[in-house]
Amino acid sequence: MKNLHALGLGTLTALGLAAMSMVPAAAEWKPTKPVEFIVPAGTGGGADQMARTLQGIIAKHELMPTQLIVINKSGGAGGEGFLDVKNSKANPHKIVITLSNLFTTPLATGIPFNWKDMTPVAMLALDEFILWVNAQEPYKTAQEYEAAIKAAPDGTFKMGGTGSKQEDQIITVAVEKALGKKMTYIPYKGGGEVAVQLVGGHVNSTVNNPIEAVSQWRGDKVRPLCVFDSKPLPYTDKILGDLSWSSVPTCKSAGLDVEYVMLRGIFMPPGVSEEQVAYFVDLFKKVRETPEWKQLMKDGAFNQTFMAGAEFKDWLTKAEATHKGLMQEAGFIAAAN
Amino acid sequence: MLENFTYLYHGFGIAADPFNILLMAVGILLGVIIGVLPGLGGANGVAILLPLTFSMSPTSAIILLTCIYWGALFGGAITSVLFNIPGEPWSVATTFDGHPMARSGRAGEALTAAFTSSFVGAFVAIVMITMIAPLVAQFALRFGPAEKFAVYFLAFASFVGMSKEAPSKTIVSMMIGFALAAVGLDMVTGQLRLTFGFEELLNGFDFLIAVIGLFGIGEILLTMEEGLEFRGKAAKIDAKVVWHTWKTLPKYWMTSIRSCIIGCWMGITPAGATPASFMAYGIAKRVSKNGKNFGNGEIEGVIAPETAAHAAGTSAMLPMLALGVPGSPTAAVLLGGLLIWGLQPGPMLFVEQAEFVWGLIASMYLGNIVGLILVLTTVPLFASILRIPFSIIAPVILVICAIGAYTVNNNVFDVVMMLVFGVIGYVMKKTNYPLAPLVLAIVLGDAAEEAFRQSLLASGGAISVFWSNPLVSSIMGLGLVAGLWPLISNLFSRLRTPQPA
Repeated sequence: MKNLHALGLGTLTALGLAAMSMVPAAAEWKPTKPVEFIVPAGTGGGADQMARTLQGIIAKHELMPTQLIVINKSGGAGGEGFLDVKNSKANPHKIVITLSNLFTTPLATGIPFNWKDMTPVAMLALDEFILWVNAQEPYKTAQEYEAAIKAAPDGTFKMGGTGSKQEDQIITVAVEKALGKKMTYIPYKGGGEVAVQLVGGHVNSTVNNPIEAVSQWRGDKVRPLCVFDSKPLPYTDKILGDLSWSSVPTCKSAGLDVEYVMLRGIFMPPGVSEEQVAYFVDLFKKVRETPEWKQLMKDGAFNQTFMAGAEFKDWLTKAEATHKGLMQEAGFIAAAN
Repeated sequence: MLENFTYLYHGFGIAADPFNILLMAVGILLGVIIGVLPGLGGANGVAILLPLTFSMSPTSAIILLTCIYWGALFGGAITSVLFNIPGEPWSVATTFDGHPMARSGRAGEALTAAFTSSFVGAFVAIVMITMIAPLVAQFALRFGPAEKFAVYFLAFASFVGMSKEAPSKTIVSMMIGFALAAVGLDMVTGQLRLTFGFEELLNGFDFLIAVIGLFGIGEILLTMEEGLEFRGKAAKIDAKVVWHTWKTLPKYWMTSIRSCIIGCWMGITPAGATPASFMAYGIAKRVSKNGKNFGNGEIEGVIAPETAAHAAGTSAMLPMLALGVPGSPTAAVLLGGLLIWGLQPGPMLFVEQAEFVWGLIASMYLGNIVGLILVLTTVPLFASILRIPFSIIAPVILVICAIGAYTVNNNVFDVVMMLVFGVIGYVMKKTNYPLAPLVLAIVLGDAAEEAFRQSLLASGGAISVFWSNPLVSSIMGLGLVAGLWPLISNLFSRLRTPQPA
């Protein structure tokens, strides 16, 4: 049955291709074989969770005629996955989800790729960062924690984070600059592990994404102090007692002038046609309408900005410049660059 | 604790649903097939099937997926015993005695012992989960980087101290493993190491490629040299082999209990099944009456690692559910599944989703029983594979190895690497360098290095962090004793019998 279905689609596509030469506007590209969904990170992290949710949503609502297959290529801080996409020129059956390593990996390691080597499709959402401490620590507000850091000698307070010279450490360096005090940054493999190390009291604070630490918050094991965004989060569902994501103040309002959000975006290999890009933009617009996606956005307190086309490219250009600036200041740029 | 049993009783009600039992059988069979094919692995199997489960209830879905995992664990033992190819890291220790047993015509016995021990290990771990789940989760939280490093140190040290070969050869082999493990991204500095500009090396050396090459290909090369013959060919296939083996198993109760304890402990402290299996094997070898015969086909040498690996593998589910930290790649994929079903692993899961958690725990009991029955009935079938002439089976193994190596990363370069590792394995065997320490170092080297450097970062470079609290110092102390055991025992025997040198 499914094969017949696929055959029918194949014919349709062939007809479509024939029609394209005459009336380009009527032609619509559709995938004709399974689409590989590259995750340039390990299993279980934020990007992986989002990719597997997308796979589930697309399969459940039959939004695509062929399968979507998630493949983790995490080698070289994600460089492996990005190089694979870069080298699959004009292959429309491959997409990749990004995290900040889209910008940080080539800068920090010198692995030769840039977001311009790929075709930007769409921004799905922006992931937030929150400053967390263990619930047993005495600091109830960001101000109290900042004061404690300032009062102690350099390196007293330990910040746990995911990876090295990536988003978590970039934020840590920005916090250090804002406070004028050094912290000790300890890198771990994944966000879940970082949250548990905070619960176990092995680090003093973290900058986990909301989804990575929400379950520990509900269990009253960790406490959010402030969010690194320009405005508070809009989600008002109760999480612990009367507290919800919307009750977390912005770091700026708490005297810590640091803002950072992370791109969750989709890219394709270079050299694909506009119809092919349009197909995926449309696909992800449909995904955004599903209840499962809305639930994921709520659970993870994501910033639901959606962008495609020229607007998305402008955003990327600016974000790249921002990262370059931040990493230069922190001294994270590889010698090769 | 009493209410745990009430919950468990309800859990059985959910898990014993006929549809769920059917799912268990299907899952176990799929898992065994996945486990037999090296390289496919439990994580991939679960990942491929994950989307199929979205239409089921979360409890049914996790029953299917965990049963695939149990099946893969059982299946991993089959290739280890028959062909010396461990499908998973924790099956490596099973090959040491399992494969020699198969070669001397006792494949059926080895498989029965392996399956039964896995079952015992898993069962004990589940009982432990049932009784003390909340306490265990608390204990796992005490493990920071220093404690983790201490556990890895203990695993490495006990290997050096317990090995049959000269400690110097073990250390050489281990150091090669550490060097290979260092290739790729250095997590602490975010820099690439030892890749020499080759993009293929970005990901480092995958454990599976190394193992398929070192053990599988190396074994084929050796057998070719020895005259193209599996000695297992002469084996008599007896349908009653399962029963006969069972009669001998109770003799080894001490080994089982010891391995269960090691396994549960290593599973809860998130060190995992691989060090557990190696440590259980090493200690059994040192303590057992038959210790000298280990490595030549001693049934105790199969029981010890299999029991420990499965006790660890099962108890590792607990930190995943209670803390949201996946202990293995398979657990990580399962974690992704939980999130899609709308379940947040973490401290509140046991409170808010009691039905799901206890249904899962009940399904662990039932799934393991169903699994044991299924795999035991197939023992004679698998054992008879060895009766196929080597000239036919060898090319098949070679092709399966190549496919396995390719599927790890969908990369032809890995197949070449596998062949290179095969030659290395052959040379090392000919020169009597042990392969196991090399494999252990590839598997755990990265994690151990990371934990070591994280500890030093946190302590500001002071090495005293490894003696900073009773927990970490006692593990380090054990490690030191284990590593220096040959020297210590030497000293003791000299003190006891003062002889002129």
